[in-house]
Amino acid sequence: MINFSYSIWLLLIPLMMFFILGLAGHKLGPRLSGLLGTSGLAIITMLSFIIAYSYFFGTPKNGEGFKAIIAYNITWLQLIDNLHIDIGVLLDPISVMMLIVVSTVSFMVHIYSLGYMKGERGYERFFAFLSLFTFSMLGLVVAPNIFQMYIFWELVGISSYLLIGFYYQKPSAVAASKKAFIVTRFADLGFLIGILILSFYTKTFDFITLTDPSGPAIAKTGGATFMGLSVITWSMIFVYMGGVGKSAMFPFHIWLPDAMEGPTPVSALIHAATMVVAGVYLVARLFPVYVMASPQALHIIAYVGAFSSLFAAVIACTQTDIKRVLAYSTMSQIGYMMLALGVSGYGGHNGLGFMASMFHLFTHAMFKALLFLGAGAIIHAVHSNFMTDMGGLRKYLPITHITFLIACLSIAGVPLFAGFFSKDEILAAAFEHNKFLFAVEYAVAGLTAFYMFRLYFSIFWGKETQYHHTPHEAPLTMTIPLIILALGAALTGFIPFNKLVTSDGLPFESHLDWGVAVPSVIIGLLGITVAWAMYSKSSNLPDRVASAFRLGYKWAYNKFYMDELYLFITKKIIFRYISEPVAWFDRHIVDGTMNAIATVTQVTSFRIRKFQSGQIQQYAFVYISGVIFLVILLVYIWR
Amino acid sequence: MNLQDFLLMRQELLLTLAAIIVLAAEIFWNPAKKKSVIFFAIIIFSLVTAAGMIPSEDGYLFGGMYISTGLMRLMKNILDIGVLIILVQSYTWLMKPENEERISEYFILIFTTLVGMDFMISSGHFLMFYLGLELATIPVAALAAFERYKNKSAEAGIKLILISSLSSGVLLFGISMIYGTSGLLYFYDLSKVFAGGSLQILGFIFFFAGMAFKISIVPFHLWTADVYEGAPVNITSFLSVISKGAALFIFIIVLYTVFPVIIESWQKTILVTSILTMTIGNLFAIRQQNIKRFLAFSSISQAGYILLGIIGANQAGMTSVVYYMIVYIFSNLGAFGVITAISNATGKENIDDYNGLYQTNPKLSLTMTLALFSLAGIPPVAGFFGKFFLFAAAAEKGFYFLVLIAVLNTIISLYYYLLVVKAMFINKNENPVMKFKSDIPTRFGLMICVLGIFLTGFASIIYEYIKNLSFGI
Repeated sequence: MINFSYSIWLLLIPLMMFFILGLAGHKLGPRLSGLLGTSGLAIITMLSFIIAYSYFFGTPKNGEGFKAIIAYNITWLQLIDNLHIDIGVLLDPISVMMLIVVSTVSFMVHIYSLGYMKGERGYERFFAFLSLFTFSMLGLVVAPNIFQMYIFWELVGISSYLLIGFYYQKPSAVAASKKAFIVTRFADLGFLIGILILSFYTKTFDFITLTDPSGPAIAKTGGATFMGLSVITWSMIFVYMGGVGKSAMFPFHIWLPDAMEGPTPVSALIHAATMVVAGVYLVARLFPVYVMASPQALHIIAYVGAFSSLFAAVIACTQTDIKRVLAYSTMSQIGYMMLALGVSGYGGHNGLGFMASMFHLFTHAMFKALLFLGAGAIIHAVHSNFMTDMGGLRKYLPITHITFLIACLSIAGVPLFAGFFSKDEILAAAFEHNKFLFAVEYAVAGLTAFYMFRLYFSIFWGKETQYHHTPHEAPLTMTIPLIILALGAALTGFIPFNKLVTSDGLPFESHLDWGVAVPSVIIGLLGITVAWAMYSKSSNLPDRVASAFRLGYKWAYNKFYMDELYLFITKKIIFRYISEPVAWFDRHIVDGTMNAIATVTQVTSFRIRKFQSGQIQQYAFVYISGVIFLVILLVYIWR
Repeated sequence: MNLQDFLLMRQELLLTLAAIIVLAAEIFWNPAKKKSVIFFAIIIFSLVTAAGMIPSEDGYLFGGMYISTGLMRLMKNILDIGVLIILVQSYTWLMKPENEERISEYFILIFTTLVGMDFMISSGHFLMFYLGLELATIPVAALAAFERYKNKSAEAGIKLILISSLSSGVLLFGISMIYGTSGLLYFYDLSKVFAGGSLQILGFIFFFAGMAFKISIVPFHLWTADVYEGAPVNITSFLSVISKGAALFIFIIVLYTVFPVIIESWQKTILVTSILTMTIGNLFAIRQQNIKRFLAFSSISQAGYILLGIIGANQAGMTSVVYYMIVYIFSNLGAFGVITAISNATGKENIDDYNGLYQTNPKLSLTMTLALFSLAGIPPVAGFFGKFFLFAAAAEKGFYFLVLIAVLNTIISLYYYLLVVKAMFINKNENPVMKFKSDIPTRFGLMICVLGIFLTGFASIIYEYIKNLSFGI
């Protein structure tokens, strides 16, 4: 058995960095702060790779597959004898995989930010927040119990809030950060309720106990039901609600596009690769519970995932802000992962969907972070977010161009790139389980290829735009992460996930399903071809297509009016018919009572001030009276 | 006595030795370098504190008159740490020219009263207890009158000694009744024969009144405000934290060991007095202008909360009381530390003088805020956990009404604690406290308090440790 207790440093280092940079950042100066934060991340990345290597290849398996290991655990709060909250580190295939994802992407983003954020006001603050985020995300990933996960889940939300609102002088950024926080916080309410129900019935917070396939925790519920569904199913649906919020699934997706107001490296780290997949991770973490005790919840997950991916893909085809296209694309891809979990079974080949989901999470982190960082480099060069201001950039930004192309090929599912393998597994899992969902995802695959290449062609090809000053390639600190991530986006498809990250820890055989792969490649290529025809040269073809489907285009362009719907519900219905009466009650009844108490307190305290006269005789008198009072009370009255 | 026995009462013996050493230093020290006695005494005292921390066996001496258990040693250690902080905080004040002459006097008095407290906590016999109590009280009166050139200080001293002699009389009267009905004074023996007759209950009430004077429980509290206001700030903090803590510690031990038979009587007593204490303390605190007087009343209501931990007579209750004392020491000494610093630098002691303090002295204001938050019980600082455990201990035994009153009182207390915070951060001031830099001992003392306020709350190990030593009925 290898001792993994050093893995606690994964949490301690970024926490220390946060305090050092947060408290002493302005004394260290921008240069030193950036370097310090980045070198901290370098150590964490190294640690993560060491842990991953020794976990996957260093532990003897004896044909039992990968076991979950509690690498570190301390009791933090012992509330009563059988209720305690621990803080610790849990290592199992998915958490180790996430360690790699989080640390690698975070490290790349740190390096990238050294160049991208240069000269910005609050440079040290930015790195302090990045450290806080890394700390929270790693704590979430390695949480051995659901309560720790919840704590770090909220911490992640806070760091996301702080980073989206980084440019706090910009009203839109402030609004976006508030929106992101409130929407996800609302969803987390569901998560909390889910945790309470779950732990109330199963008497444990521990993931290992909860997810034991023999089901001792679930047996404790004694088959309690509520409105026809078992309590476990209810709790799992509520827990999933938290995941819906964090992972920007329909209908809680509205915060993600606005979150693009944050600095681009933040979008790459938080809103593409790591935090937004926390919902997927949460479901995967509790996956055995879902499979064993609440298949209904899994159905919901599958359908919500499929719908979100289609919904987002349609919107992505119409947006012109490149970061928003990527945001919707993220939502769509996370929909894929959710769907894959929803159609999966447990153990062996049944768990194909689980494996595919984790696989896609991994490859997606690589190519989506790459896309965002590439978009950052483009915005850095052109000083605009809109693809209408771009065109023909391939000559000016050669490295960005090549890496961006690799990412697009990967996400479009072109063979031999990473996205091809993971997406193929997802489609195969959907095909085996549910033909309808497969058809939806098949269509989304075509749309994905289309909107990604629409983006690619209109940025790097298309019309020759006149720029105020010639765009130039980003500095080395920005291009090196691009190249490294491009390698990831191209090559990580060859990692044998079916041997490493599976639902029950045992390897299983899985091959490329040519019956699924060939059609999906065809529709991908079709999407690319259409995009090429429409956007590779300057023409009025896109406008003609848009006007042909005017109504549909307008709806999709306005994101199906989801924001307006939310505003209508909150402002017109909730504020007017619920909040205002509550406010009246609060102002008049609650405040009135409080004011009355306060007045009584003030008056009494004024009246009794005479007791404190300063005269020692009186003090002695009161003293003796007190004694006599107690004597009367105890000896005569209460006897 | 062999060496083992020396080890048992090492805290008392070392403290006595320390007092003698400082006395000798007073005589033989070069008069021109009197000031360095401060460092000398503080170093000696830290050694004594450290020696107290060494783990040792339980045992008893003098046929059971003196007892030493893990809990008692822990209580003494807590007091030692508190005194150490106070000594560090006194540095600036002692350096003043008017106090220079009597530096060693200050230390000797403090050490002596601490010896008294230690004997009191370790007593297993009412006479020993009484001797300790007197030894712990009389030097404090001298300390309260330390600034004898000030009328208020002299007044504080004389009031303290008068009321304390009254309460000692009452206490002795109570002990004599207990002796008269049982013929015994050993705690252990008494617990066996105590039957709970009327005369014994009377004895208990008189004993209670004597203790209530030390803990300043309403209606035995009237001396508190005048003495706290008049005494020098450091003595006020000593009175409000150390004296009160020592009395609480022995009070809870005696209650649980001698009086379990009449548990219903003393639970009623505590119920009534704790409601009175919390409420009256709060009502008076609202009206105070002088910050020391303000903290005097706040500390009265704090004593009321602590009674909630005692009333349940369970292990959780005793744990929470000891735990709360730790929290209270750090929080109250943090607040008094800031007051000392400002009083030394400017001589200002009114709440109005704190208006706009944040503008000129942000660090002091933040420390003060933290300390007040802890006293008010706002999470996540230690005071919250302390109050939570106290209330939980009472609720566990079904005293819901009392807990409700206590919660209401915390809300009232929040109001006046926040008034001070508001004064520092929001109120405008034409003539604020000037910007000044405290010396290193003051800052060091405050830093310990701030750390304590945070760490005590987060480290569950402290609570667990106390729990293992505590006991209930």
